[in-house]
Parts: sequence; C-alpha cells; structure tokens
Amino acid sequence: MSTQIPQETETETETDVEQESSQARRVSAERTRAGMDQRAEDELSDADETVELKVFRYDPEVEGKKEPRFDSFEVPFTKGMTVLDALIFARDHFDSSLTFRHSCRQAICGSDALFVNGSQRLGCKTQMADLEWPVRVEPLPHAEVVKDLVVDMEHFYDQMESVEPYFQTEELPSGELDEQRQDRANREEIKMSTRCIWCGACMSSCNVAAGDNEYLGPAAINKAYRFAMDDREGEDMTEHRLNIIEQEHGVWRCQTQFSCTEVCPKDIPLTEHIQELKREAVKSNLKFW
Amino acid sequence: MHEHDVVVVGAGGAGLRAAIAAQEEGADVAMVTKLHPVRSHTGAAEGGINAALRDGDDWELHAYDTMKGSDYLGDAPAIETLAQDAPEEVIQLEHWGMPFSREDDGRVSQRPFGGLSFPRTTYAGAETGHHLLHTMYEQVVKRGIQVYDEFYVSQLAVTDHDEPEERECHGVVAYDIKSGEVVGFRATGGVILATGGDGQVFEHTTNAVANTGDGPAMAYRAGAPVEDMEFVQFHPTTLPSTGVLISEGVRGEGGILYNGEGERFMFERGYANNAGELASRDVVSRAELTEINEGRGIDEEYVELDMRHLGEERITDRLENIIHLAEDFEGVDPLNEPMPVKPGQHYHMGGIETDENGETCVDGLYAAGECACASVHGSNRLGGNALPELIVFGARAGRHAADTDLGTAEVPVGPSARSETEDGLETPVNPGALGVDDDVAADGALVEPSEVVEHAVETERTRIEGMLERDGINHAEIREDLQRAMTEYVNVFRTEEGLKKALETIRECRERYQDVAVSDPSRTFNTDLIHTIETGNLIDVAETITLGALARTEFRGAHWRKEHQERKDESWLKHTMIAWNGGTPELYYKPVVLEGENKEYEPKVRSY
Repeated sequence: MSTQIPQETETETETDVEQESSQARRVSAERTRAGMDQRAEDELSDADETVELKVFRYDPEVEGKKEPRFDSFEVPFTKGMTVLDALIFARDHFDSSLTFRHSCRQAICGSDALFVNGSQRLGCKTQMADLEWPVRVEPLPHAEVVKDLVVDMEHFYDQMESVEPYFQTEELPSGELDEQRQDRANREEIKMSTRCIWCGACMSSCNVAAGDNEYLGPAAINKAYRFAMDDREGEDMTEHRLNIIEQEHGVWRCQTQFSCTEVCPKDIPLTEHIQELKREAVKSNLKFW
Repeated sequence: MHEHDVVVVGAGGAGLRAAIAAQEEGADVAMVTKLHPVRSHTGAAEGGINAALRDGDDWELHAYDTMKGSDYLGDAPAIETLAQDAPEEVIQLEHWGMPFSREDDGRVSQRPFGGLSFPRTTYAGAETGHHLLHTMYEQVVKRGIQVYDEFYVSQLAVTDHDEPEERECHGVVAYDIKSGEVVGFRATGGVILATGGDGQVFEHTTNAVANTGDGPAMAYRAGAPVEDMEFVQFHPTTLPSTGVLISEGVRGEGGILYNGEGERFMFERGYANNAGELASRDVVSRAELTEINEGRGIDEEYVELDMRHLGEERITDRLENIIHLAEDFEGVDPLNEPMPVKPGQHYHMGGIETDENGETCVDGLYAAGECACASVHGSNRLGGNALPELIVFGARAGRHAADTDLGTAEVPVGPSARSETEDGLETPVNPGALGVDDDVAADGALVEPSEVVEHAVETERTRIEGMLERDGINHAEIREDLQRAMTEYVNVFRTEEGLKKALETIRECRERYQDVAVSDPSRTFNTDLIHTIETGNLIDVAETITLGALARTEFRGAHWRKEHQERKDESWLKHTMIAWNGGTPELYYKPVVLEGENKEYEPKVRSY
C-alpha cells in the first residue's frame, strides 16, 4: 500500500516514515501546547483517558508540510467516540488546518473513507475503542493526496461514470401515472448493490486497480451489476451492459482477492457481484455460439 | 467567469431535480456544490415520499393532512401544488429506475406515517433518500449536466436597488475549494438556491456538518426576506449520543415508545389518545421531553423505542438500515433490545420566502427544498413531506428559471405582501449588522449583469484575503457557543427569558466574529476557511430563528411558548417575515393564504 503524493516523490521506506513521525510528534506536541485553547485543556484534564492519533500531514504549498509527515494529537477519549469524532476534536482544538472530508457522520455520504491502522474504513463508522492505540490515520492509498487526508477522487468518479450508471429502458408503461412492475425477488437481488455510497474504499484496497489504472474497479462494476440485474431494463440492455463490463479492463481483471468485499462499509458482496457478472457474460456469449 | 443559463447552488434532491428540469426545458445548466452531489444530506432521509397514488387516496386528502399538520400556517396554493404534483414526480423517479420497495403485485410500496389519513408514504427500505439522491444524480450524469463539485458559493451577485423587489440576481461567487480561486458564475436565466438545511445552528441535530444554512443566509443578506424562521422541527426519535435519525418508519410499521416506568406514555399519559406514537412530530417530541423533564425518562435523558415485536423478518424487509444505524452509532441491537431515543433538531420549516414556482421577490433568484419556504409545512412538517417538496418545487423552480411559463403564482412574495409591521418587539440587544455588511453588489450604479458579478467576485476576494491574512480568533469556539445557546434556549420548549438570553449570546458571537481569522494559510483545500464562512451564516440564521420565536407570542405547531399556551388565530394566523434591510433587520407579517383551488381551509383544533 502506498500513499501517493503528487510530483512523484520517492516512496519513503517504513523507517523513514517512522523517524519522521517521531520527530513530527515532538514538533506537534509543542505546537499543540501553545495553540491549545482553554476548553481543550479542561476537557483533557477532565478526561479519564486520552488516546493518541497519528495523522498524516501534507500540503503542497505550506512550508513544513511539503514533505509528508505524521502529527500526533492527544485527544480525550469518550465512550462511543469514532475516528471522525477524534479528528474533529483535534482540528477544532489543536490545529484548524487539519483537513479531511466529512459531512453526514452516519455512513451515508461516503466522504470520510480513510486508511486507519492499515485498512480502509469510514472514519464516522469506526469506533476508537475497537482499534489498537495509538491510532494511525492516513489518506486512502492508491489515490493522489490533495492535502492531509483528502485525496483526489476524480479517477474514482470517472470509473463510476464510465459504465453508463443510469437506468435505461425502451419500454416504459404508457400511462403517465403507471409504474413499472418489479417483483420483490428482483428488488431483493439488486438491493445490496444499490447501497453503494461511492466512498472509494474498495477501489483503494484493490491490488488490481493499483496496478491497472484503467481497471473499472469494484464500485463501478457493482454499479453495472445494479442495472444489469434489474429486470426493469430488459434483455437488450442487459446485453449492452455485459459488453461494457467485459471490456479489456473490466470484470476479467478481478482476481477474486476479496479485499474490496472486506473493506466495504456497506457490506456489499462486491466480489460475488463481479463473479456473477462474469458468469452472466459467459452465459450470454454462449448464446451466440 | 463561467456563464450558464441556470446556475443551481447545491446538489441534493431539490438541486438535482431543478437541474434536470431546467435542462429538459433546453437550458444550459450548471450545478455548483460545496460537496460532491452524492455526498448531499438528502441521502440521509430514511422514511419516504408522500404521494397520493392509490385508489381510496387523492391529492385533496394529502393537501388536507398537510394543512392540518401545518397547524394552518401553510399556504393553500403551495400545499395543493405539492399534493397535486407529487404522484407524477414519484412515478417519474420510478421510471428513472429508483429501487422502491415493492408489493407482491410488483407495485411500489406505501406505508403509514404520522399525521396521514392514508398510508401514502412511498419508500425504498429505510434509505429512501439515498436512493432518491443517487437515482437523480444518475440522471444528471446521463444528461451530461455540468457539475462544479467542491465549489463553495459564498455570495450572490445581486444589484443594489433600494427595494428588494427591484433587485436582480445575475449570478454567484464561488470559492474553488481545491485551488483556492474565487470565481464568478454568471446566470443569464436564474440562480436556484437548493442548499438544504441549517441544523448546525443546534448542537444535537440529525443534519450533516455541511448543513449550515448558506442559502438562507446569503439570500437574506441580498434582500430576499426569510419566512417563519421560528418553526424548527425536532424529530422525536434520534439517537442520544450522535443525533443520528431513527426513521418515523419504525413507528409507522408499529414501533412503540415507552418511558422509564415502562408506560406507553403517548396513550397512557394522554398525549395523543387516537394516533399514539403516530401523532405529528411536534406532539411526540414534546411528549417525550415532558416525560423526561418530569422524571420519567431513562438516565434523565431519553425514552425508548421498541420494535422487537415486529419480528426480524419484517424489520429486515422494511427497516434494515435501522438495525445498522442503532448498532453502529449507539451500540444497541434493536432486534433484541429497545433503542434509546430523544428529540433532535431535524428540519427547518422556515426559510427563504418563495412562491409556489420557487421564485423569490428578487428577480432571477429562486429557492427550493429545505432552504426555501413556499410555504407547505407551515408550523410543522409531516413526516414524508420533505422528499416530495424537494422534487416538486425543485422541478418547478428549474422549469421557471429556464423560462417556462408556469402561470401566475398565487402566493405573494416580497415586502409589498406585508399586512402589518412588527414595531413593538423588545430585544435586549440590537440584531443585524455591526458595521456596513450588506452583501449586495454595488451602489445602484452597476446594472450591467457581468459587472455585477465581477464586482461581487472582487468584494468576496477581498473579504476572503482578509480572513486568511489577519490574525484573530478561531471560528470553532464561536460556533460551539452559538450551538449551545440555541440548544439551551431555542429548543422544543421556549421562554421569553431564554429567547432573550439567546439573542444576547448571538450578538456576542457576532461581535467576536468580527475578529475571526483563518489560521490555515493554504490555498489548497482550506476547510478552515469554508467552516469560518459557514459560521458567519449560522449566526445570521440563528438570529432570525430567535427573533421570530420571540415575536410569536402563541403556541403553534413546533413553536411552543411557556407564556403563551394557545394557538391564537385572531392575532397570529400570519407568516413571520424578516428582511435584512441593509443590516437593520425588519420584522413584518403577511397573511396566510387559506383559499385553495376548490375550498377554503378552515382552521380547526389540531388533535391526533
């Protein structure tokens, strides 16, 4: 797993990072004391327990942050605290330049997929109590870092949008107020696939995607699955969709390592969906023999 | 400078629907959002979409329920528009592939919701908003509508005529979050604000961190009045530790509320003898807090919502998302134990004054969705009525901004609709601007649209540079104090004394905000700057909520006043309007429109 900094800086070795990290920790501890507001001090002294966050820092245009480093933040631990809560505390009380995406706080907006203690997780859905301390927080690997924990999502979005991620049918009911019928079993079949929140955790965890930038990736293939399996679209469209995911950088690249399935915060069986599309593609190809 | 026919600010349900509608009418549309569209908080909506789709139901029943739910403060033309347009909008979503839950015959499912006389809440599991948001974003992708994501709109480009009704909106100013550039967007047809909620005014809220009332604050400062701001909905079932929403769908499917003594208090304590748990949200929230305040809560903080008797199969089929939310955010397994719940800020009925076509009194400025007030919800929104609002009024605003004739609106807007002026309100401190803080573009001399936008860009650039360069205090402390005061004093139960204290705190926050500074010097993804600007918006929004709450000396819908325990139709059947008025806020009132298409709605006692 590698964190990607623009301008092709050489990937640091683990030791380099560790050394830099301990140095950064001292720097940040001083900065923290100086910059800490009274409330943070009160909360820290009231807290029964504190937890150390080691956070990846990088900013392409700020002196001292151009070289990636790790900063340490000591935050008061409270019951039910998530990684996102801890990051917000650190930002609001110690360093307002600490940058990360977040919005809904409830695992539906998909903004805060992070690399926490070495795996892709949503910050808002990860309990600090369930992690080994200190907690190490990094941006998603295999995506270019914009700043601190923010990565460039454009490539992920491009892949999502390349699979014609929208419902298409030629056969809508004639009456304006007539709905299409869909049986419960079919709705159930696509249910898990419709839960994707575009967080990018799967793509970041995928070794194949890391090596092949054109690989559609688990999320986009899942999106294709969501429509290909929806009976409302009709058979011709299914055919069309299978052609899309059968392309050179499509389903056949998947090596069924299950890393995407393991990290998906919405428990979508991504690998299974990819496998099922492979089967459908084979079946469909056989039809023309 | 970017130029488009229609510029939509915000890309949740209302914004997406507006963009699609405008594009269908042939307009060149741009969406400008501080997030990416799929990150919008519409995605967190759970319960469903009210629409009269089935035999035995009709739009008039939906309209009647909505008017009653509004405690007769909704405007009939807007309410009837909502009820009439909702069915075709829901079917439109189905035709766009939205994965609704289904009945055995393959038709979309509907379920009962609070305050409804027919089970007309159309749903997709307990994640209806997620599916609605993604389905419409898919359509935006399909149509190739241009999206400027992670662009933060921080100011409107509006002319500076004395009267808001003479002003014109020519575009917006946005901060490109990734590059740090301040850029202008000129809109030749119209600007549609669809910025969503402002729940961050409060401490305990179901709203996202991004819900900071940017739209209402910008529109207000640009001259468009805000309406009925005192009406804030507190949802009865939110998780105590985080404010995460537990859908009304749980009660719709049969979930039961218990107090600490094991009583089914909605019935046993007489809060709603007929509807019980499915009484309107304001009624249930007050009942819960009364139980807690009178010592019958649990841990002095919450009551319990039990759905175990529904059985695992039904829960998994219709409410599966609730199991995950309760487990992940409260550590409770609702299949085996009741869920702790308490009221939390959820939705703002008030907002930017618009007519039923989404238009404000400022020419070329529209608003739709939660940031707007058309008004369909009046003093209390019914569950399941927010999502139809987004799509119905989003679509209308989009069409209108793309120059489609929707007929003359019946809901009057702008200061000329005033019926009386509030001149007796005593406030402990002056509200409004501290210095010259008017957001409008120039001194009346600028009329050329692109000049208006350019001038706004320059003004905003200077303001932002100032915040980045000076030393001063961090916004986070100010925001925290504001949220605490609002939660303590402008919550479910309100007193004159408390509201005045809140106004004092808001004033202090405003004074401290004068010295606010951004300590992150970076031009790259400077969220410190974004949050600092948002906090300024929260101050303006909080002030209008509190002023409205202090002025309204009655108890109606979600607005409860200790000293005034009755709904007073003779004196208060009217909308509270607040105009920025160049920095010296002015309160006035306009009548409620109760005259519908076929009938006049008669205010009745609202009981459930």
